[in-house]
Amino acid sequence: MSEPLKFQYEVDGDNFTSAGQASVQVKKVLRRLGLDPETIRRVSIAMYEGEINMVIHAGGGEAEVLIYEDSIEIILRDKGPGIADIDQAMQEGFSTAPDNIRSLGFGAGMGLPNMKRYTDDMQIESTVGVGTTITMRVNL
Amino acid sequence: MTIRDIRDLLDAQVLCGDGELDREVHSACGSDMMSDVLAFVKNQAVLLTGLVNAQVVRTAVMMDIVCIVFVRSKKPSQEIVDFAEENDITVLTTARRMYEACGRLYAAGLKGNGEMHE
Repeated sequence: MSEPLKFQYEVDGDNFTSAGQASVQVKKVLRRLGLDPETIRRVSIAMYEGEINMVIHAGGGEAEVLIYEDSIEIILRDKGPGIADIDQAMQEGFSTAPDNIRSLGFGAGMGLPNMKRYTDDMQIESTVGVGTTITMRVNL
Repeated sequence: MTIRDIRDLLDAQVLCGDGELDREVHSACGSDMMSDVLAFVKNQAVLLTGLVNAQVVRTAVMMDIVCIVFVRSKKPSQEIVDFAEENDITVLTTARRMYEACGRLYAAGLKGNGEMHE
């Protein structure tokens, strides 16, 4: 199998205003590659929610997008506080985001459920005090 | 319904996308919570919101939303309008409140049509 196309982005954790810029870039790349609009939408929404999470909870991190022949993989790595109870974090409406984030339109406890909803597979590896890595896959 | 119809129904001001007023729209959603917007898949949709920041436009870009209506006379910064224009999103602002703005569009035939992506 040929090597995947690989794109890497730094997610700046200090600036909520710029959160989501990497996802906008990825959307442009996927459009240029001529992928179908539904796939592009699923990948970019899942990555956008993940990026927002990294800015809200983890002080930023790095995002990697790998484009294979039959799937797209999005890997989000951060060195944030980690997720103590992943099952609880996956529940719609559960959120630990501070109130000021809610006034910005996020923090409703929909981020992780949305990421799972739009992807074919999602794995969360998290260690409290060390960080979180989320790997999502969208089949082509 | 076209974006021009929306402008007229809401007595709205066009902040960018003057050339796109004849574009057809098929569905709409009204929310200040962007994650709720991101949970629904709609085609050629309009977003009505009282939230004014760059994330509104980024959410619209992700969702392929074609028109954003800011309610309660909210006006985004020029930077936000420029970002929308770069992405072919028409931006309107109306003095109507969220409930009334949504109600007027719904009564004129623009339904929600939102389906949860499963």
